Amino acid sequence: MFKKLLISGLLLAVFAGVGTAAVSFVHDKALPRINAEEKEHLLETLHQFVPPETIDNDMYSDTIEVRDKALLGTSDPITVYRARKGGAPVGLVLTAVAPDGYSGDIKLLIAIRYDGTLSGVRVISHHETPGLGDNIDSNRSSWIESFTGKSLRDPAEDQWHVKKDGGQFDQFTGATITPRAVVKAVANTLRYYQMHRDELFAPASEKPHE
Amino acid sequence: MSDSAFRKIALDGLWNNNVTLVQILGLCPTLAITTNLVNGLGMGIATTMVLVGSNLIISAIRNIVPGEVRIPVFVLVIASLVTIIDMAMSAYLPDLHKVLGIFIPLIVVNCLIIGRAEAFASRNNVVLAAVDGVAMGFGFTLALTTLGALRELIGFGTLFSQANLMFGEGAKMLTINVFHDYPNMLIAILPPGAFLTLGMMIAGKNVLNARAEKRAALAARVQASSEAQTAI
Repeated sequence: MFKKLLISGLLLAVFAGVGTAAVSFVHDKALPRINAEEKEHLLETLHQFVPPETIDNDMYSDTIEVRDKALLGTSDPITVYRARKGGAPVGLVLTAVAPDGYSGDIKLLIAIRYDGTLSGVRVISHHETPGLGDNIDSNRSSWIESFTGKSLRDPAEDQWHVKKDGGQFDQFTGATITPRAVVKAVANTLRYYQMHRDELFAPASEKPHE
Repeated sequence: MSDSAFRKIALDGLWNNNVTLVQILGLCPTLAITTNLVNGLGMGIATTMVLVGSNLIISAIRNIVPGEVRIPVFVLVIASLVTIIDMAMSAYLPDLHKVLGIFIPLIVVNCLIIGRAEAFASRNNVVLAAVDGVAMGFGFTLALTTLGALRELIGFGTLFSQANLMFGEGAKMLTINVFHDYPNMLIAILPPGAFLTLGMMIAGKNVLNARAEKRAALAARVQASSEAQTAI
């Protein structure tokens, strides 16, 4: 009886060990590739908004971290990727969060030109209702492209709402909460940019705005 | 290994003992994912891959695992396997991973996998277990694809929308607008629609089965009466 227990326990331990070893082996092998893949994917996305020929710095390493719960939607530090040409700022790309989606956070990638106009917005991750709120995803509809070229001057700041709330931006049939959250988050990010533009482009060695 | 054994496994997986329609296993991913045909297909393919792998391993180790600890061992094997597949895919098949990646973590909680491990793989040899994995996986894929197609058709009036996520940009033209100017029927896309549609599918399968049974009974009776006549 005791012996049987011991054997069972040992076997279980062996399987746990083998399983963990296999997972960590694959993890070790795959991690560099996954990271390289992610870096390439991120660069590809960054260059979608900031064409590589318009800049001469390495956006992937020219970054700073900022934090602003009220305007950027999360208390976590956010990485800002800066684009420059000949040392002069061209634009930046950052991820902001729309915290008031229909179900949970909506993570957005927002690219802003130096003059404060948007060169593009993309949804990175969300948990919105399939078939309703997920039209914010560029794979599902072109709605998110309506931000391109907009700024806080065009349309005027009080027009940064969905049409239902008296603003400029379309909502979806059956889903107002999701686009409302995205519009608000993009407007807030632009406000943040307006307030902190010089700090955002400060050289990486200086400690930027907290 | 006779042909009839394989045929029975295949028929069980695809129809007689279908995971979704008969065993009603793994409902969480089934109901959550199938808002359109392509999602159903993706989930089905990812699950089939894991199921074949887990059936193979579990069948191979079935004789060294004592009965008392078999369930925790199965859980360990399945969890390790899914994690490995997830990581290996994201490293070596990043494009496919982008499509199927969201489904893979969901597979760990799909009781279809452990259900087949316990009911079949732990009692049969490796070849049969692999065939069972393929058959059950195809049955699951078939049911999910049908469910997704019905919900997409009723909800949006389209089929194959977002096929480009899985088959590349060229597949955008696969999207079929079955009804033009279709007023979307959102309940089919929302969770209640998943339950209603699945219920209808199970009912439909039962009707087909009942009909087939009746026909078989009738054929048997005709056979018997004709035999009786020739006897006279």
